[in-house]
Amino acid sequence: MPRTRLEAFEIDHLQVLDEEGRIDEALDPGLPDERLVELYRAMVLAREADQRMLRLQRQGRLGTFSPSTGQEAASCGPTLAMTGQDWFVPAFRELGGMLMRGVPFHRVLLFWGGWEEGNVFPGLERTLPIAVIVASQIPHAAGIGYAQKLRGEKAATVCWFGDGATSEGDFHEGVNFAAVWRSPVVFICQNNQWAISTPLDRQTASATIAQKAIAYGIPGIVVDGNDPLGMYAATHEALERARRGDGPTLIEARTYRLMMHTTADDPSKYRKDDEVEQWRRRDPLVRMRRLLESRDLWDDERQQRLDAEVKKAIDDEVRIYETFDRGRPDVYFEHVYGTPHPEIERQRQEFLAGLQREARDA
Amino acid sequence: MPRMTMVQAINLALHQAMERDPSVVALGQDIGVNEGVFRVTAGLHAKFGPERVIDTPLAEAAILGTAIGMAIAGLRPVAEMQFSGFSYLMLGQYEGHATRYRSRTHGQVTVPLVVRMPYGGGVRALEHHSESREVLYAHLPGSKVVIPSGPRNARALLAAAIEDPDPVVFMEPKQSYRAFREEVPAEHETMPIGRAQVVQQGTDITVISWGAMMRPTLRAVAEVAEARGASIEVIDLLTIAPLDGDTIVASVEKTGRAVVVQEAPRSFGPAAEVIARINDRALMHLEAPVRRVAMPDVMTPYFGRERLYFPGPHTVQRAIEETLDF
Ligand SMILES: Cc1ncc(C[n+]2csc(CCOP(=O)(O)OP(=O)(O)O)c2C)c(N)n1
Ligand SMILES: [Mg+2]
Repeated sequence: MPRTRLEAFEIDHLQVLDEEGRIDEALDPGLPDERLVELYRAMVLAREADQRMLRLQRQGRLGTFSPSTGQEAASCGPTLAMTGQDWFVPAFRELGGMLMRGVPFHRVLLFWGGWEEGNVFPGLERTLPIAVIVASQIPHAAGIGYAQKLRGEKAATVCWFGDGATSEGDFHEGVNFAAVWRSPVVFICQNNQWAISTPLDRQTASATIAQKAIAYGIPGIVVDGNDPLGMYAATHEALERARRGDGPTLIEARTYRLMMHTTADDPSKYRKDDEVEQWRRRDPLVRMRRLLESRDLWDDERQQRLDAEVKKAIDDEVRIYETFDRGRPDVYFEHVYGTPHPEIERQRQEFLAGLQREARDA
Repeated sequence: MPRMTMVQAINLALHQAMERDPSVVALGQDIGVNEGVFRVTAGLHAKFGPERVIDTPLAEAAILGTAIGMAIAGLRPVAEMQFSGFSYLMLGQYEGHATRYRSRTHGQVTVPLVVRMPYGGGVRALEHHSESREVLYAHLPGSKVVIPSGPRNARALLAAAIEDPDPVVFMEPKQSYRAFREEVPAEHETMPIGRAQVVQQGTDITVISWGAMMRPTLRAVAEVAEARGASIEVIDLLTIAPLDGDTIVASVEKTGRAVVVQEAPRSFGPAAEVIARINDRALMHLEAPVRRVAMPDVMTPYFGRERLYFPGPHTVQRAIEETLDF
């Protein structure tokens, strides 16, 4: 009996806008000018906000955080394709996307500054806070998608995570559930080549992360993750598929973490500067600006105006962060349960009495 | 004797264990080339190579699961969980297999492994990086939970844990990693697992703690001793499970009073078990109710407010005084 081939697979790679800012006309998603400018502005804001956080951290005004410089396209491009009805499920390196969703920057600062208020986004729906536990948000996205489907919503969920996350059970289990349930979810792996000190080839023996989708019976695609239009186009297509009821997609965004893993990390211990330099030349902001310039949508003067605007917006938010009312020491007792319990209340009174005594003794 | 931080002392124990016994291997995330996010595994990868110092993919359940397999097959793995807050992903493997193999095979299959993990607050760390959840592992039959309080006992206990025939969860109080130095003997040294240590003798009251809480506890004890001339006995548990009831009971039989200081949330914590032991075996010797000082039963606060919630020297001092005055 001859062997027969049951399955074979192929994985596509998508790039719409190259490093020089040249667009592939056949693949151009045809965004109107103002949307292109919006995308560029969002990436500039993300970059500047990230760099400001680095300075604040160095000055002791912020805690440890995970910079996203270099990865702006992989969160801003997809976010541009989303509507307010879609759920935004981040990991911890999606600053650009979070700001686009309307999370005020001071909330991001509060989170990394050690205040729970950084998880509270007043008036903003369908936007989850940062997930620190790697991959833990992936099954949530599968469940959110299921709920959207059950409730008959014509909307979907976009969920981000890193290359390291694809080693966790939560990745495999979450993607599998979403695939079996045909949950309307777009899974975006920000493959930034490193998980702290672990390079991709020590994380997985697969040639691509996208091909893991094949095993779960869903489409997977590799996208140039520093190409904001490629990321937009791939997410747009995956969202359409999800909303149509055709289930989830896995997008591998090939990008690079230009900074340290977190501000507590020293990348010189495990990677070479020339690798970083090579990726610097593939900066998503540079190619987007080149495209805008080639379409007469951008020039130095507009850039200067934007820089000033962004600086002012960031200054304002830093001020809100630093003057934020941190007055309620017992806030932790308020949200233990949705219903009050006498033991928690008793502990709260004891806690407050203790604080008063401390103040008196001091 | 060289003076070392806890990080250096743990590192010394790892180097010596790997030198003494070729079956000892280390595995975990970023422990090799990067030498651990706290540099606890410094020098191991360079000295023992990538086959014995294994940088794993990012999966806690598989780190422990493969360590169990290695242990069953004759190795002595020392696995690292990067932070205790991510160790819950290994709980199924730990409860379901590491703690059970000996019992269910009547000793034919055993799992001699160590899982190291930094735990606890006080370093202005992120969410999931500051919790004290030793009780989760202490509650499991067959599980040993060891928590050192200083460089010297950290080294000696880790050396013992690696030689132990059973799974040991070794929780490292990260706020003590570099906070102070102690003399640590260069030669191999162990301490018995399962035994508490009376670190200061006294007759009026027994104060019991472990891990990072030992330092504020000793400060409070010194204050009270100085202010009131009280004679205070201090016990460092060192092993949470199996708990050394004998040492606790002998002390309380002598002093008649006790305070237990725990960093973890109050309810169902190790302090509750310590108090239950005292009730079981020394109730008639008590002259005052046993007090516990603990975090409230709330989510471990983000670092902006954490100082307010962790037990500090003042709260410990007050508990000791009130128990003495009862
Ligand atoms: C379950 C879990 N294990 C370990 C960690 C510690 N940690 C934080 S980020 C990280 C690496 C994540 O790599 P990747 O998924 O590639 O995301 P990236 O940081 O590159 O954005 C690790 C090990 C964690 N947060 N959660
Ligand atoms: Mg990564």
